Amino acid sequence: MKQLFKHPEFRAGASDMAAVAPGIAAWGLMTGVAMIKSGMSLIEVLLMAVLVFAGSSQLAALPLIVAGAPMWVILATAFCVNLRFMVFSAHLRPYVMHQRIWKRLGFGYLMADLNYVLFTKRFPHPGTDPAVIEAQEAYWIGNCAIAWISWVGASLLGIALANAIPLSWGLGFAGILALLGIMCSLATTRLRAVSAAIAGAAAVATFALPLKLNILVAIAAAVAVCLLLEKQAPARPATPATGTGDTA
Amino acid sequence: MNETDLWTVATILGMTAITVITRCFFFLSDKPWTLPAWAQRGLHYAPIAALAAVIVPEMVMSQGHLIATWKDARLFAVAAGTAWYYWRHGVLGTILAGMAVYLPLHIALGW
Repeated sequence: MKQLFKHPEFRAGASDMAAVAPGIAAWGLMTGVAMIKSGMSLIEVLLMAVLVFAGSSQLAALPLIVAGAPMWVILATAFCVNLRFMVFSAHLRPYVMHQRIWKRLGFGYLMADLNYVLFTKRFPHPGTDPAVIEAQEAYWIGNCAIAWISWVGASLLGIALANAIPLSWGLGFAGILALLGIMCSLATTRLRAVSAAIAGAAAVATFALPLKLNILVAIAAAVAVCLLLEKQAPARPATPATGTGDTA
Repeated sequence: MNETDLWTVATILGMTAITVITRCFFFLSDKPWTLPAWAQRGLHYAPIAALAAVIVPEMVMSQGHLIATWKDARLFAVAAGTAWYYWRHGVLGTILAGMAVYLPLHIALGW
């Protein structure tokens, strides 16, 4: 474990996340403010800030908890809002299956959108030899550590300063801008740009779906269209492998 | 301050479990199993699709509807952030440039 902290990839993971940390922090701050203003008790808010680690499911659950909705309704909502992570876990499965189950659970628990995106950008293919596997693990831990600290730290700050920061300032928009920057950095091929355009349009068109299911529909639509387009233009070379992973 | 309700605490613990279950869903089974090749290829388009699906509605919609005005601080912030990204290639700069446009328009002009 100690070796992982000294690994150069630990630093790489940490610094990749540090570039977007202000956006995550602004988002966490506003989530902290929203949690306190919802009317939950301080202990409940602190528990949620430290444990749940899923911003969209926290925000979706707040009005339900305050309205006294049945527990199963709240949990089903959290589940549906988190459905996109199931897709991510299918993608990351080959990267983690050599680990023991408890380690896989820890690895997955820390998977926020940005960790997944930055990790698959750095390592397009799962490692097969021990050195690459170690590098991937070190990168993940460095990446997640910075994300966790910025998100949870900023949430706690928001809880403490709730009365000084009006939600109407819209500071949380910095989180959207952080994701926008990462999205631009991913749009390196024409098909990737198509994927973004389709997903964005589909998410707007199906926004009326309950439980943020529009996000899942948008991902499915974008992936399906890109696979079809890929088939029609098979001569296009695969995306260049920037990471150290082996070709699958 | 409101009183702490044990049922709510249990709900929060349940939500934590949901976080773990959804994010580890395909990590749980030890059985050898791999996705078909087409699905693996398709997943390379998933990260950027997920980002776009999360952010685009937050940029161009309010209260469930497409915005009908150009007087919205978010549009200018997105334009500024994107321009910065393609000019300087930094995510941090994208956030700062976007917010430098967003906050004055949003707070001072109410856009």
